[in-house]
Amino acid sequence: MDFPILSSLILLPSVGALFLLFAKESNTKSQQTIKYVSLFVSFVNFFISIYLWQQFDKSISQFQFIEEKIWLDGFINYKVGVDGISILFIILTTFITPLCIISVNNSIKSRLKDFLIAILILESLMIGVFCSLDLVVFYLFFEGGLIPMFLIIGIWGGNRRVYSAFKFFLYTLLGSVLMLIAIIAIYLTSGTTDVVKLYDLGVNPNYQNFLWLAFFSSFAVKTPMWPAHTWLPDAHVEAPTAGSVLLAAILLKMAGYGFLRFSVGLFPIASEFFVPLIYTLSLIAIIYTSLVALMQQDMKKLIAYSSVAHMGFVTLGIFTFNQQGLEGSIVQMISHGLVSAALFFSVGIVYERTHSRLIETYGGLVSLMPKYSIFLMIFTLAAIGLPGTSGFIGEFLILIGAFQDNFFVAAIASLGVILGAAYMLWLYKRVVFGKLENKELLTISDLNKSEMFVLACLALPVIFFGFYPEPILKTIEVSVNNLIEMYNNNLIILGNNNG
Amino acid sequence: MEISLLFLPLIASIISGFFGKYIGDRNSEIITSLFVIASALLSISIFYNVIINGYENNIVIASWINSGTLNVNWSIKIDPLSSVMLVVVTAISALVHIYSIGYMSHDPHKPRFMAYLSLFTFAMLTLVTADNFLQLFFGWEGVGLCSYFLIGFWFKKDTANAAAIKAFLVNRVGDFGLALGIFLIFYLFGTVNYDEVFLKIPELVNKEISLLNNSPPFAFLGTAVRSIDIICLLLFVGAMGKSAQLFLHTWLPDAMEGPTPVSALIHAATMVTAGVFLVVRCSPIFEYSVLALNVVTVIGMSTALFAATVALVQTDIKKIIAYSTCSQLGYMFFAAGVGAYNVAMFHLFTHAFFKALLFLGSGSVIHAFNNEQNINKMGNVWKKIPYTWIMMIIGTLALTGFPFLSGFYSKDAIIEFAYLKGNTSGIIASYIGIFTAFLTSLYSWRLIFKTFHGKFNNEEIKKEKIHESPIVMIVPLIILSVGSIFAGFLFKDIFIGYSDNYNFWNNSIKFLNPLTNEHPPLFIIIITPILVILSIPISYYLFIKNEKITHSIVESNKFLYNLFLNKWYFDEFYKFIFVDPAKKIGLFFWKSIDINVIDKFGPDGISKLVKFFSLKAKTFQSGYIYQYAFIMLLGFSAILTFLILN
Repeated sequence: MDFPILSSLILLPSVGALFLLFAKESNTKSQQTIKYVSLFVSFVNFFISIYLWQQFDKSISQFQFIEEKIWLDGFINYKVGVDGISILFIILTTFITPLCIISVNNSIKSRLKDFLIAILILESLMIGVFCSLDLVVFYLFFEGGLIPMFLIIGIWGGNRRVYSAFKFFLYTLLGSVLMLIAIIAIYLTSGTTDVVKLYDLGVNPNYQNFLWLAFFSSFAVKTPMWPAHTWLPDAHVEAPTAGSVLLAAILLKMAGYGFLRFSVGLFPIASEFFVPLIYTLSLIAIIYTSLVALMQQDMKKLIAYSSVAHMGFVTLGIFTFNQQGLEGSIVQMISHGLVSAALFFSVGIVYERTHSRLIETYGGLVSLMPKYSIFLMIFTLAAIGLPGTSGFIGEFLILIGAFQDNFFVAAIASLGVILGAAYMLWLYKRVVFGKLENKELLTISDLNKSEMFVLACLALPVIFFGFYPEPILKTIEVSVNNLIEMYNNNLIILGNNNG
Repeated sequence: MEISLLFLPLIASIISGFFGKYIGDRNSEIITSLFVIASALLSISIFYNVIINGYENNIVIASWINSGTLNVNWSIKIDPLSSVMLVVVTAISALVHIYSIGYMSHDPHKPRFMAYLSLFTFAMLTLVTADNFLQLFFGWEGVGLCSYFLIGFWFKKDTANAAAIKAFLVNRVGDFGLALGIFLIFYLFGTVNYDEVFLKIPELVNKEISLLNNSPPFAFLGTAVRSIDIICLLLFVGAMGKSAQLFLHTWLPDAMEGPTPVSALIHAATMVTAGVFLVVRCSPIFEYSVLALNVVTVIGMSTALFAATVALVQTDIKKIIAYSTCSQLGYMFFAAGVGAYNVAMFHLFTHAFFKALLFLGSGSVIHAFNNEQNINKMGNVWKKIPYTWIMMIIGTLALTGFPFLSGFYSKDAIIEFAYLKGNTSGIIASYIGIFTAFLTSLYSWRLIFKTFHGKFNNEEIKKEKIHESPIVMIVPLIILSVGSIFAGFLFKDIFIGYSDNYNFWNNSIKFLNPLTNEHPPLFIIIITPILVILSIPISYYLFIKNEKITHSIVESNKFLYNLFLNKWYFDEFYKFIFVDPAKKIGLFFWKSIDINVIDKFGPDGISKLVKFFSLKAKTFQSGYIYQYAFIMLLGFSAILTFLILN
């Protein structure tokens, strides 16, 4: 048997965390050591995932690097594997995590060790979500991720951290309970929770609508889709920078990934049936939250609301069921992963210096923080989907995909692009341009080396994929094709049965 | 050669933008200017090659997006149309680069400024050399971005920032139309490459549009709508945004907050003409849509007239020229609308010279007056700044279409072709064109007289202190004025010649029916020059000799005056129907729905409910045995009763 590369990816961060458990956190020097160890672990993980990508065969549609272990007496098997879609999310995870660890330098003052342990365990769980091929295993990873995030917000968060943490926890758990019931129902009707087998067997069309709704309730909260989005701004505002980054960059993507892998993959007939619902909620998310974002006074809230709008594009794209729409939504998720991470890092950077997230505190930063201003401009432009950034590729493909399905939906969603430009540029103007009026800002310092490194690491792929998205598109092409084929076959079968 | 032409400005921009601090201001200026000059020389040689040898080429640099059937390349398409744009863009850009060395000499951020200018040039080149709609869109948004940077270049000024955002957003509204047009093109043709799309157009001429998959054709007022009409109208919305046509024009006057060289390059000669370029580039589509062509004509002529009326009463020297640009772009559009695409391109070409000249000249005036822009605070300085004065006069003569200068050939051709088109919109357009030409002449001479003649009205600066601009600013003016004088005469045969055996445009412009080579009646030909010449003494009389008459005219037409002065209240209207409601709705969604409905009845409500019931339940757990016993008894008797009754 081959080397179990996926399991190593999942386990390595947890093993690292286990080591850290025994470390002593007595002074700043030992804190530094702890940080370097976790950084090392996460970097190794990143390189493993890159190796995985390189070894991955893009031309076949089957899952690769499959590992299967009997667990719970054959009732449920531990099964992991990747296809072109999941591999990108794994890389996104292993890429963002070390950047988070680098950034904790100043923001986390107390209990650094515990914080890093939480982050590493979270990394394990997130990777697990993206490669599990069994519904129960997926559920465990999916829900498990709640716990470290709950702790990150609840312990290291801001003033209203407890309220936010509980709101986050309750919202997401409520949705997930329904998903668990649906998983049990699938096991009872189909006799397995193995995703690959379920793809072949198909799920009984009579139950699909209920099952779809149950999964939807969980994914809709996590995406988040309107009206289950109100936990996100609160969670972001209170979470420490690294927490916000992981939340926006990766945790939200779990839902998008879930829609692709399970809602569309397992319940194609129901997915077709619920397209109007998804379109409506996506459009509301895009327009409504963009307007709300326009009026925010808190930078983190503004970006949180913009995340909801961007994820609205993602759900819209997934349910177009054509190549451009699906590929666009995956690119959009990757892009949003990079851009929202960068934006939250950027807010974190000025927050550490002034301890204010309010937009009105700032103004005129460009003359004191020129480097920061350049980076923030790049990410602002990527957020508004300017051509030449990864954001454009995603939004454009989604819209062109949606247009082939429905003229009006695409037209309304395109309005969101105008609003997006409005709130982001207005934010940028109020923070960076203008006269420097707040005297306290006079002593603010520009990016230091590690901040510079983090932002540069995020800016490069954003621009690179904007001009040359081929590496992403090539990786997902066959898998997306396969998904569409499966979907269409199912609809044809249904048509035959009815006819 | 084409590749270096395209990338030289980009490289210059990167060097100056990222390494400007290390190589110094002067080196940044020299490098960017030299690179763009090199690019301009290459463009001219290509243009020459196209004229003489009919050279055409389509170079694929790399693939960009491949998703399903959507395949898009980065490419350079050289054909007569793009070669004209190449020359206009790089030549004006090179001159503006040189001019900026002088104009920006007191600015602390020179490398950044030069980097933006070069970056703009690169974006504009990708726009005009695209061989597909997506690269066009890339350039389209790219120039919009550079325009945003450059309008807001003086970032400490609040008005500059607001103007920059406004420009970006209004352009985005246009881009929204353009993007939808591209989506529709992809939906119908399965490709976004020009050649493939244009080839398939005739097959789809009568296809009606269905808005949903497989639904019956969409009908508007009882008639089915043709897809081609919709494509053209959507593309034209994009063109209106970029070229500041009526309804989407509001950003252009505000864009004058940027440094003057920017106004000359971006907001006069190049970027704003991208809309005209788009329509001409898509002539193979527009030719099949009578509806869209009529809309283009009507919007074009309305803009021409509207902007001229506003320009008549403005007092800011740059705003006058900005409205004048708006108005001239209107001419180009109605030329395209009557099917005279080549004439539209000709006017674009000549306009680039004299409008850049006027802007750079006004920059020189502003420089002399120490950043004063109000023409009421100038006057009587023509002897102090003689070169600027002469250049401005040349620019004005060319703009107004004074006989045998460049504007004369292009503008009169537009009016004549509109008249010859013979349909209602064409004939109305030609009359409006004549009247607007008269207005143009009036406001242009008003500007000249108020700025250079009459009384010296500035109280802040002593007249003795007014001085001519440095040589580095004057040389580009001289080159441009040479262009303004001769461009029309020299190139008229190439652009709008009637010869049967030589067609410069080849296949880059499609004429469904060949343009007529008749001549319009004599009065159409001579009336414009006569009005233009007459307007010089008229404006001298009105604005210098006898200002009382002007004042009394203003007094007796207060309503019109205020309407023009306030730009027909477009800004106020848009604020009222778009900006304010958007903010109010946003606030309402946030405060009233998110917080007071979703949260109140959602998570907060549920947790309150749970808390409420657990508090109630808590009171049961009192710890008193007799209470528990009592409740047991109650439950017991209830069950018993239930069983017995059953």
